[in-house]
Amino acid sequence: MIVAKGLSKVYGEFRAVDGIDFEVHRGESFGILGPNGAGKSTTMKMIAAVSKRTDGELTILGKDPNLKGPEIRAHLGVVPQKDLLDRELKAWENLYIYGRYFGLSKKFLKPKVEEMLAFAQLEEKRNSKVEEMSGGMQRRLAIARGLINEPEILLLDEPTTGLDPQARHVLWDRLFRLKENGVTTVITTHYMDEAEQLCDRLVVMDKGKIMAEGTPAGLIKDYSSKEVLEVRFGTDRNEATAPQLATIAERIEVLPDRILVYVEDGDAALEKIHALGLRPVTSLVRRSSLEDVFLRLTGRSLVD
Amino acid sequence: MITSIATSMAVRIAEKRAGKFGSGVYSGRAGQLVERNFLAFKSSNWLVVISGFVEPVFYLLAFGLGIGKLIGGVTDGSGHTVSYAQYIVPALLATSAMNGAIYDSTWNVFFKMHFGKIYQAMLATSLGSLDVALGEIGWALLRGLTYSIGFMLVVAPMGLIPSWWGLLAIPGATLIAFGFASVGMGMTSFMKNFHQMDWINFFMLPMFLFSGTFYPISVFPEWIQWIIRALPLNQAVELIRGLTLGNLNLAMAGHALYFVVMIAAGLFFTTKRLTALFMS
Repeated sequence: MIVAKGLSKVYGEFRAVDGIDFEVHRGESFGILGPNGAGKSTTMKMIAAVSKRTDGELTILGKDPNLKGPEIRAHLGVVPQKDLLDRELKAWENLYIYGRYFGLSKKFLKPKVEEMLAFAQLEEKRNSKVEEMSGGMQRRLAIARGLINEPEILLLDEPTTGLDPQARHVLWDRLFRLKENGVTTVITTHYMDEAEQLCDRLVVMDKGKIMAEGTPAGLIKDYSSKEVLEVRFGTDRNEATAPQLATIAERIEVLPDRILVYVEDGDAALEKIHALGLRPVTSLVRRSSLEDVFLRLTGRSLVD
Repeated sequence: MITSIATSMAVRIAEKRAGKFGSGVYSGRAGQLVERNFLAFKSSNWLVVISGFVEPVFYLLAFGLGIGKLIGGVTDGSGHTVSYAQYIVPALLATSAMNGAIYDSTWNVFFKMHFGKIYQAMLATSLGSLDVALGEIGWALLRGLTYSIGFMLVVAPMGLIPSWWGLLAIPGATLIAFGFASVGMGMTSFMKNFHQMDWINFFMLPMFLFSGTFYPISVFPEWIQWIIRALPLNQAVELIRGLTLGNLNLAMAGHALYFVVMIAAGLFFTTKRLTALFMS
């Protein structure tokens, strides 16, 4: 549904997006994972046909956004990072008028607004103004608004940034429902748990480039070991202990506060560490995550 | 709940429009902006709205009936003598059309752009920049028009509109409000902070006082008169005054043309600026 080849966006000297290739297929949930400033939002704006590409090719449903902007935007549902709700209007008015911007009739919108209020679990807030709603409610309203034109592709830019854990889970539940209904979604995020939860397939982006592409499980398999043993020896001793640890694992990462030991069997590795006569202050065995993939690819953490 | 196989209605609407001239910036839905503003307006501060309506009435009472008693008559452009109140009514009408239009197209637009950020959300739909420009300007024009009709309803029964040509002052005021709203939004779309917005007020008050509103500009030296004639409010005052006093002349076509140019320039720059800000 979306095809990008060598897609670039340059602001002056700054290459925000630097020649990326990807494809999004019908019905899938496609993720763009990367830290702040990786070029995720810029990519999203180009897909949303509100930002013109500097170079490369981009087609959305077979159409070029530079030439067919309004048509493509009619196909899309957009949930921007900062919601951009109309703060002078009530909840239901936000949904209604957004539908009107697409040229939809009042007759069509009347039941549609009710359906969307129900989907967003905001029926009781229909007459509330935006500032009277919590952050989670505002985000749900923004998603409902993005769905008002029955889009084929829903674009979500950092959907849960700034929300508390409970609001995040409510939101994820709503997004799962959309997925079950076969809506194609494109999600940008810098949360690896979100990417693992919501995305069928994703690209890892850094500094305007795509570093890797695959399913969450596939990426972990390709770029990390099965398990990770996290050990702490105390801030001043981590560095000194590293050479010894390197002998028992294929790869280790020394972070300021801890050492990550990449192995197939975490518990066995911990025993070997004890056998070496080392006594970590704390230790933790966990499964590899996309965070580890990102660390491997860029040498940096996702959230810093 | 989501149609993925059948084409959605929004897409069909957009496709119908596609390929027509200007479809990249205009979808023919400026009216939706007016509808949005009406929804927001229903719950807004009515006091502000009413103040804009009574302002010219206060000026009329203070100057027209107060000072007018001391002055007696004024000679209008074509040599007739009219009462002072009759002389300043068209100027106040033009001013209220201007003020109504400027209020919505400058400060309100500035807030929507920088704090409400509603244009960004609008332009993510199949609306275009010209829809937003026309819609906002249209709304601002409506306020200017409402003020001038309200003012007419007050002054006409008082016998302050001596000519039947004065009826044309309403479409005249519409043209004036359109021109000011268009240029107002055009300038506002380029402004980045409050400091720059203050320049609008700085410019508006002297223009109101010296544009032939309260006395003929013939009191000024020749070169100042030419500067004043170039200002939009003097153009507006001359146009409306010619109509309410029934002194029609060819110069009025020039005044009208002045506003047509303002409308076109304002729309052009607003559309260009919105496109550059939110769609490039």
